[in-house]
Amino acid sequence: MINKAFSFCLTLALLCISVLANAQQQNTEKGPINEFFRSNDKIYVIVGVLVIIFIGIVLFLIRLDRKIGKLEEKERNNP
Amino acid sequence: MAKHWWKALAILLLLYVIIAGFTVEIPIIGTNGQSSRGLFFHVPMWICMYTMFTISIVYSLFFLSKYDLKKDVIAAAAAGVGSFFGVMGFATGSLWATYTWGGTLTDDPKQMCTALAILIYLAYLVLRLSIHDLDKRARISAVYNIFAYALLIPLTYIIPRMVDSLHPGSATTPGFASKDTSGSMKQVLYPAFIGWTLLSVWIFSLVVRYKKLQLKNIFK
Repeated sequence: MINKAFSFCLTLALLCISVLANAQQQNTEKGPINEFFRSNDKIYVIVGVLVIIFIGIVLFLIRLDRKIGKLEEKERNNP
Repeated sequence: MAKHWWKALAILLLLYVIIAGFTVEIPIIGTNGQSSRGLFFHVPMWICMYTMFTISIVYSLFFLSKYDLKKDVIAAAAAGVGSFFGVMGFATGSLWATYTWGGTLTDDPKQMCTALAILIYLAYLVLRLSIHDLDKRARISAVYNIFAYALLIPLTYIIPRMVDSLHPGSATTPGFASKDTSGSMKQVLYPAFIGWTLLSVWIFSLVVRYKKLQLKNIFK
């Protein structure tokens, strides 16, 4: 059941990527957030990239931590 | 939740290090340009490696004093995580050297000696895999680990400080003494040391907990 849901989500995400690739155009939107990311030769874009990668790794570690914790719990209840 | 506070501290410190590491004002010196920011990410890899290898030798000594196999498993886990951070440090340093020293693998003594030290620890991991008898493996690898650590410190810390090196802190270049590093960099560097070290301890604790579940016959 979980596998089906997962593969459905993955297919949907991959489809979304192809749609996004087709809809590519120059982002010229104004606003304080866009101005901030374009300032200082767009260095904040890469700061954002690294923050995203780091948050991804941390979420992975937290999930792993919880999974191992659950296994330990199971082990404690029926050794 | 009470026992997880240090993981949250590691995440917060590292988020600060990533954001401040790219945005803080740094002095532009020589051919380094903006690449001096690598200090916040390259040097902590080595701090993590030293922390893990120190944990590893301490547990090897514990093992040799009581012959308790649990200690040997923990020493091996620490050596594995330490080698990983060592390889990361070497890779980041090689990339950095390509664009500042004019070569990926230079004749810099610290780089060469560190490559040797990492190879010595990789040999430790291979040695463990080559012995099937648990007690024999634990004893031989614990003794080897002591020799490996006894080489690690001279190779990566003492020799590079005695001879000319491109790294800071050698015979002819300034080190990280109180006057040599700009204050703005220290504000990021020290949190980076703490944050990355906590992250490496977190990864190490996950490996140990996994090993405890996997090797139930030893951890009873």
